Order: sequence, then C-alpha cells, then structure tokens
Amino acid sequence: MRPVSYSRVSDVATAIATVAADPTSAYLAGGTTKIDMLRIYAEPSQRLVDINSLPIDHIEVQPDGAVRIGGLARMNDVALAPVVVDRFPMLSEALLLGASAQLRNMASMGGNMLQRVRCSYFRDAEASCNKRAPGTGCSALAGVNRGHAVLGTSPHCIATHPSDAAVALVALDAMIHVQNSGGHHAIAIDDFFLLPGDTPEREHPLNHGDLITAIEVPALPAARNSLYLKVRDRESYEFALASAACALTVTDGVVAEVRLALGGVATKPWRARRAEQVLRGAPATRETFARAAAAEMADAVPQPMNAFKIELAQRTMIRALETLTARGEAP
Amino acid sequence: MTTAIGRPLDRVDGHAKVTGAGRYSAEIALPGLAHAVLVTSRIPSGRVELIDTYDAERAEGVLAVLHHLNLPKGGSVPPLLPSLFGAAASGQTFFPMQDEVIHYAGQHLAMVVAETLDQAEHAARLVRITYQETASITTVEQGRDRAYEAEKIFAGFIPGRIARGDVAAALDRAPVTVENSYYCAANHHNPIECSATTAVWEGDRLTLYDATQGPNATLHTVAELLNVMPSHIRVVTNYVGGSFGCKAMIWDHPALAALAARAVHRPVRLALSREQMFSSVGHREEQEQRLTLGADRDGRLTAIRHHKLSPTSHFDDWAEPSLGVASQIYACPNYEGVYNLIKANTMTPTFTRCPGEASGMFVMETAMDELAEKLDLDPLELRLRNYAETEPMTGHPWSSKGLRDCYRRGAELARWSERDPRPGTRRDGNWLLGWGMASSGYPVTPPGNPQRARARIFADGSAVVQSSFSDIGTGAATAMTQVAADGLGVPLERMRIQYGDSDLPNTAAAVGSAGAGMVSAAVHIAATALRDQLIAQAVADEHSPLHGADPRQVVVSDGRMALRDRPATGETYAELLQRAFMADAEALGTWNPPGMDTPYGTMTFGAQFAQVAVDPDLGLCRVRQLIGVFDPGRVLNRKTAHSQLMGGMLWGMSHALLEGTIMGPDGRWANASLGEYLVPVNADAPDVLIETIETTDTVVNPLGVKGVGEVGMVGTAAAIANAVWHATGRRHHKLPITIESLL
Repeated sequence: MRPVSYSRVSDVATAIATVAADPTSAYLAGGTTKIDMLRIYAEPSQRLVDINSLPIDHIEVQPDGAVRIGGLARMNDVALAPVVVDRFPMLSEALLLGASAQLRNMASMGGNMLQRVRCSYFRDAEASCNKRAPGTGCSALAGVNRGHAVLGTSPHCIATHPSDAAVALVALDAMIHVQNSGGHHAIAIDDFFLLPGDTPEREHPLNHGDLITAIEVPALPAARNSLYLKVRDRESYEFALASAACALTVTDGVVAEVRLALGGVATKPWRARRAEQVLRGAPATRETFARAAAAEMADAVPQPMNAFKIELAQRTMIRALETLTARGEAP
Repeated sequence: MTTAIGRPLDRVDGHAKVTGAGRYSAEIALPGLAHAVLVTSRIPSGRVELIDTYDAERAEGVLAVLHHLNLPKGGSVPPLLPSLFGAAASGQTFFPMQDEVIHYAGQHLAMVVAETLDQAEHAARLVRITYQETASITTVEQGRDRAYEAEKIFAGFIPGRIARGDVAAALDRAPVTVENSYYCAANHHNPIECSATTAVWEGDRLTLYDATQGPNATLHTVAELLNVMPSHIRVVTNYVGGSFGCKAMIWDHPALAALAARAVHRPVRLALSREQMFSSVGHREEQEQRLTLGADRDGRLTAIRHHKLSPTSHFDDWAEPSLGVASQIYACPNYEGVYNLIKANTMTPTFTRCPGEASGMFVMETAMDELAEKLDLDPLELRLRNYAETEPMTGHPWSSKGLRDCYRRGAELARWSERDPRPGTRRDGNWLLGWGMASSGYPVTPPGNPQRARARIFADGSAVVQSSFSDIGTGAATAMTQVAADGLGVPLERMRIQYGDSDLPNTAAAVGSAGAGMVSAAVHIAATALRDQLIAQAVADEHSPLHGADPRQVVVSDGRMALRDRPATGETYAELLQRAFMADAEALGTWNPPGMDTPYGTMTFGAQFAQVAVDPDLGLCRVRQLIGVFDPGRVLNRKTAHSQLMGGMLWGMSHALLEGTIMGPDGRWANASLGEYLVPVNADAPDVLIETIETTDTVVNPLGVKGVGEVGMVGTAAAIANAVWHATGRRHHKLPITIESLL
C-alpha cells in the first residue's frame, strides 16, 4: 500500500480547513471504499483526514415531515430508523439490499453518495480509464462489460453508478447539503450526480474540501407505498444488474402519483422521468407499465455483453409497479 | 471395538480456528521475518523487453528485487504427477523467472522482498516492465481451429481417446438419439485462505510453513526445484483454510519463497493476493463438450459419444477428466470418448473439486433427462433401466455399490412419485417451480505409495498418533482421532492426533477424496499394531491378570485390556506399562494400497434431487431444496462427512448458477476478485437434506472408507438444470445458468 498520512479531526470547520488546504488529502468516513481504493492504487490520496468523530450523524424529522440525515449517519442506522422504515420504505430497503451488515455498520451516507464505480478497468490502476486517468481511453468499451451501463453513457465512459441508496434518494428528490470554507449550500440530488459526457472524471459538482453534512429527504406521503426492487445474480453482496426505486399511488384505477428511479443500468442514479410522464394519469395496468418502461429505455445504448439489461430494466420497472399496485389495492 | 468411529464429534481443531489461536501459514511469527510480493505479467503472450527496478530497489524497506536476470537458478522442474502418488507434484512443468518469455497473463515476473508487507506491495508497484506483446489465444473460441486430439492427458495417465464397441454403427441403428453441445465456464477454487508459504533457512536446512494439501508433495517438489536434498527439508502445515484443489499440486511460490529467504538471509513470507490466486495456482478450464446418446425404445443406452474441447497451457497436455465418471455411470456397450486440446496462453489448469466429474456429469445427466423426455419416461426410471451392474469400461465387479438404495431413498425424500412430469405447470406467485434429479459418482483412487502412521502410548494411558497428512478443513484430524482411539481402544479424550508435518510418518496428499480412506488405513494399522503389541506383552507377562490368555480373546476398551468373555479379568495399558517401568510404547503402521489394476470398479455413488424456483420475468433462479443420498462406504464422523457432502452440493449449486471466470479480450481473467467471481452467500443456500447409505466395502481400504470430499458436487448442476427445465420448459446447456439466459 502506498504510504499515507492520517489525522483525526473533531469539528467540521477544522475538517474542512484541513482538507481544503491540501490537494492530496481526502476525508475518511467509513472507509469501506476509500481504503480498498488506496490498496489497489486506484485512488491518489496521500493524506486521510478521519471525520468519524464529527457530530453530523443524526437522523432528524423536520416539522414539515422531511427527514434530515447526517452525512456521517451509518447506512444501517438509517435503514432501521423507524421514520425511514415507515415513511420511505424504498430507502430503507435500498440501504439493506445495498451492502452486507458489516459494511452497513461502517459506511456513511455521505460516503455512499460519493462511492466510486465498480468498473474493473477503473479499479485496475494500470488499465486505460478516462475516469481515473482522463484521456487514456475506456477499456470497458471493448472489454468485459456485462455490468456496465446502458443509459447515460458516453463514448468516454460506460461505468454504472453503484449506489442503491442514491437511487431511492433520486426518486425522492432529496437535497444534498454541502459545507465548505465559504458556507453552506444545497444541491438537488439529480444535479448532484453528473453524466460522464466528456468529463467522466468529474462525478459531482463538488470542489476539493466540500463536505456533505446532510441529506434531506422531503416529505412525500406517496412514499409510504414504495419499494426498492434489486435484481442480481445472487441474494446478497452484489451490485444490481437492474434495480428500481418506486413509489406509487393509484386512485380509482389511475396512477395519481408516481416516483420511479433506476439503478444498475445507468451512469448515474437514474430518475425515470419519461416513464413517470407516461404513467401519471394513465390507467394502472400492465399495458401502461410496459409502455412506460419501454419509453424510459428507448434511448438505451447496449454494449456487447449487456444488451439484456434493456429488457431486464423494463421488467424490473413493471414488476415494481405491479407489486405496488397490488399492495395499494389490498384492504 | 468401534465406539468413536461414526460419531458426530466436534472438530478437534475447531476452537483454535474460531478463536484465531490457530496459526495459518501466512501467520507464522518469526524473528526477522521479511515479506515477499510477486509482480505479475499484464500481458498473456510476448516477452519482457525491459524490467526497471530502480525505484523499487530504492523504496523504503526493500531488501531485494528478484527477477529473471538475477534469480539464482536452481534444479529442474519435476514432471506433472498427481500428488496422490506421494512424490514431487509440480502443478505445471514451468518455473518462472528463468527467462524473459511470457506464456500467460499473471505469470510471475519478479518478486520484491521488504521489511513489511505494505513496503513490499508498494515497491512491487514501482517495478516497471516494458513488454513486447505477441498474439495470444486464451479461449476455446479463439483456438478452435488449432485444436488437436490429445495423445494423453492428466499427466499421461489417461489416453486422449477411449473407445469400446462400434459407436458409429450403434448410433446409426439407434431409434432414439440425443445430441447436444454443452459449455462450462472456467472456474477458480477461491478458498478463504489464499496460498502462502513462509520459508526459513537454517544453514542448508529449509523449513517451509506451507498452505498445502500435501506437506510431502511440497517437500519433494521444492527439493527438485531447488536441488536440495529432501532429507534437508521440512514442511509444516498447521492449518489450511480450504483448498478445493488449488493446493493439491505444488506451484512455484513455495520454491520462490525459499529462494527469496536465501537471497535476503532471513525468513520470508510469500502470501498470494486474492487476485494472484486467479493466475498462480491453476483453475478448472473453460470447456465445450459434445455428447451423443443412442438408445433403444425402452431407453436402454446403446451408444455414448462424448467429446471434449478445452484450452491447456503451452507446457502441459492437461484436461480435467470430464469423460471419466460419465463413461462409468451407465451400462452401455458402445462408447467413444475423445479429449481435444488447444494450446493457449493460460497456465496449466488443475484439479478443481470434482475435476471432470462435475462438468462431465452435468453434461451426461442433462442429456439423460432429455432422453427421458424424448422417450416419455420418468428420468429416474430411465436411470434404473441403465443401471451398471458391473463397471462398464472393464466389466469388473464394483467393490460396493449402493446407488439403487440412493435412488430409492432420494426419491422418497423428494416425493418424486408425486411429481407431474410436464414442465411449466407449477407456480408460486411469480415463481415457477420444478424438480430435477441426477446421478452422482466419484471414483475411489488409491494413493500411489505406502501410507504410514505411528502410534505411541504413554505410561499414564494417554496416546498420540502421528501422520504427516494435512487437514484442509475437511475434518480429517477429527476423524483420524476417532479412528486412532478405536484402533487402540482408548477414550477420545486421551487420544491426540499430530499431523501436518513432513517429519511425521509419510502420507500422500489429501486429494481426490482419498484422504480419509488412505490415512485412516495407516492410522488404524498403527493403532491396532500398538494394541496387539501391548496385548502380546500382557499375555506374556506373568504379573498380568491376562498372563497366558489367547491374545485373540483379549479386547480393549477405555484403555483397558480384558478377556472377551470374562471382562472382569484384565488390566489397563497404564498398569502394564508402569509395572514394566516403560515410559511409553509405540508402533508404526504401514498400509500398502491396492494397485491401480485391482480388478474392481471403485466408486462412491449418489443420487441428487433439486427443487428450484424460477422467476421468468426477472431471470432469477433460486434453489429451494437440495436432497442428496450417497453411499460413501464407512462414515468416520457423521457431522464432518455431512458437512463435506453439503459443501459439495452447495458448490454444485454454485457451479450451476453462479461461478464462471471470464477471460477478457486482453487475455486476462476479468473478474479476479470475490466481489465479481460469484459464489453463493448464505442467503442463497437452500435447505439441504443429506443421507448416507452405509455400504460395506472390503476392497478399497481396511476400514472401507470410499470418501465424501467431492461426490456431493457431482450431478448437482444437472439436477438443478433439469429442475429449471421442469419449471420453465427450457433446457440449459451452458454453465453458469445466468439471468440473461433465463429471461
């Protein structure tokens, strides 16, 4: 492992000042990805600033029904928080399906938003990769790309965004709260994740030293009837081949409200706006669901090994919508 | 007297393992220990044009950077010989860092030795290699045009072509035929413990702490590779964290560890990384098989034509013997089996749990299911109609065979008779349900050399039995404690087994499901020899209550010798030894195994049944139940034997649904990690029901142990694939059966 220096800070201002002052430094939260990345030389940080003692790990219910999740709240604590389980089951499920218990106990919510892609070429320090080493090319295009994205890709990068929790949060229109030496600001989550385009190395509109202090999930009554459906080869410890975070309200057989986002198939947590548009106000039938799913995947770009994801993503959406429709009808 | 054998005794090494007290080969703490890290080839074919070690040599803590230009040349590479022979057992006839030629990606090109592991890993990243790459072949698809029929495979023991009768004529005449091509992805072993060796020189004597299935295999192989006298090498294997075949043969890293230790004049630990495990210790080769079955209208097989095509290394003609059990499981007068090979830029493939049996029987048992469907016959009935009463290839009688009972009992447990044969007719919500079955078989192969153990009893009546074998996690040490206790007639708590050390009496490697049979033979012979020696001493001792008795009438139980029909007359071993002022007594036991030409077919048989649930919309297949009934001869420990069989069946499930190493277009394994090479997690594990039919076998070894290490995996994949057909109506000829193939 490359030699790194390590220090621990106990307040937010010192943390930000310490990291902002040194371009080779990085925050260390749960470390469940960062340390791996350092060990495989896919991450250049030379100085780790441990922020685990910062007091930003609370889960708070706001007066308006929103939930504010501290950037250092652990995945497991969020997944099991009664308010999350009751009001945002899709988020609880996404977190529980997102990692093993050991990882969930360590990994932070802020870190989850910033986790790096699992593309094996990105993680191979010696392979060509535009995300890790801009301009070197994308090895995945001609490589093993079964797990790669079909939505939001560019000729420069097809790596799939790996987060489950972020998919639920995108469906829920969460806000990412960021602090830096200049103060606070908040970013709508859909703007927080960038498409690779010509700059796949840039994944977020964050500057060096910016710290995620909280994730705010606005109140959404429809989210009580929500789920996260994750399709993968094995039951646990695997990233999604396709997943759907979905909230649905059906009134008199018609879709009154819907939120739908996809994981496992796109370069960012993918809000299925086209599908939502087809669904809203339409009869809650399998035919509508299929039409909505097809609309969402219409512009998908398959790679040699992952064309099946286009079909799988549609079936995943349909299954999620059907399941929620049936639940909503249940007495 | 048998009291301990068969009992579900807890593992004797369990406490040390779960508490961390047990030291594995990469955990041996030694003063002055240095760490070696390997630098491997990025390309599958070509040469090292330049190796730049400037920065690496100057990095903090670095003691040496060794490569083809400065590594001391040693002895010679021994031939490829299975470690069951007890001799040198090189995994491939190639030793790296001798010249600049690159034969496969992951080939070991350099070795960095440093004070700490982190320093060695960092310096290894600083070694810069300039390559001159040449065209490569790494897959069946790329090399199909260059395939050749092997003269021999498997270290020369199996001919490349085996034929009996007239297959072409029989197929012409057959009213019913089934013909298909099948594909199995490459597999890697992935034990939790990665291979590791810690090497220590004391003058010209070498001690290796090595994660190996055979301490003596390591000893003999390293002796030849380094040209060191075997008498000067000791190999210690305290604990092994799983192997599944990747520690069955001896690869280059133990010898490299010894060379590194010699270069820096310090003890050196060389532990492979998980990624390096994918290109350092062999693999199950990617393979294509083509199988044609011919049958009469009653379903009796008249012809089997079974061809295999797979890549091997540039050095060795290796193929796992996929045709073996598949050629022995059913009676059939006409047979043709051919191994075709492709010289490829991979290392030599190797034994991987059920080497050949798992892949070959997936093919045979899937084809039998299709034949049953074609004939409108129950799949189990078809198998019974083709039951091999004698070994089909030789006509020899079986040493024992309980397969009919396995079928019967398995069918009862699976309620097979209630199964509606029509596919795609049962549903549970979104899930389609199906049942499938398959036969299992794994050969019983004797070791190639005598097996030895030493039994020693002390004057207080406690005893130790010593034998060099390695317990790779199977529970062998526990089972051997039971065998030793029964053989000598002492209670389990007074018996200790000492093992995992080449200085102890010689055994072959624990491979091929042969360990329990061969080591129990030596342990049993040693323990009973000591018992008989002590009984002889007692009946000759005029101070013994047993004086003058017929030794054949003396039995021993709980450390006490007594007359069979007058148990009150007798004395303990301790009393006998103490009276004679003997601190201890010992005996050596040697088992001379039957030759390979023993006129019997020898095999562990079984029957497997699987229930699967398939969600055809989402392409998911989840196994709900596995049932296996096996005839392993005598069971030494019911708990560890069942664990072995269960582990095998779960791996069979994994073989069917998850495992596959993918060769990338760059000629490198693309998923060389536990995150991407999929093995089942606990949540994937179904209810597994296992029973054994205990058969008496007087041929294979003294205790009649046929073995349980691998047979559990044979047939599972076919039972699952057949159940998937029963659930969905679709046949699968490619492993693993993935989501995309189920959509």
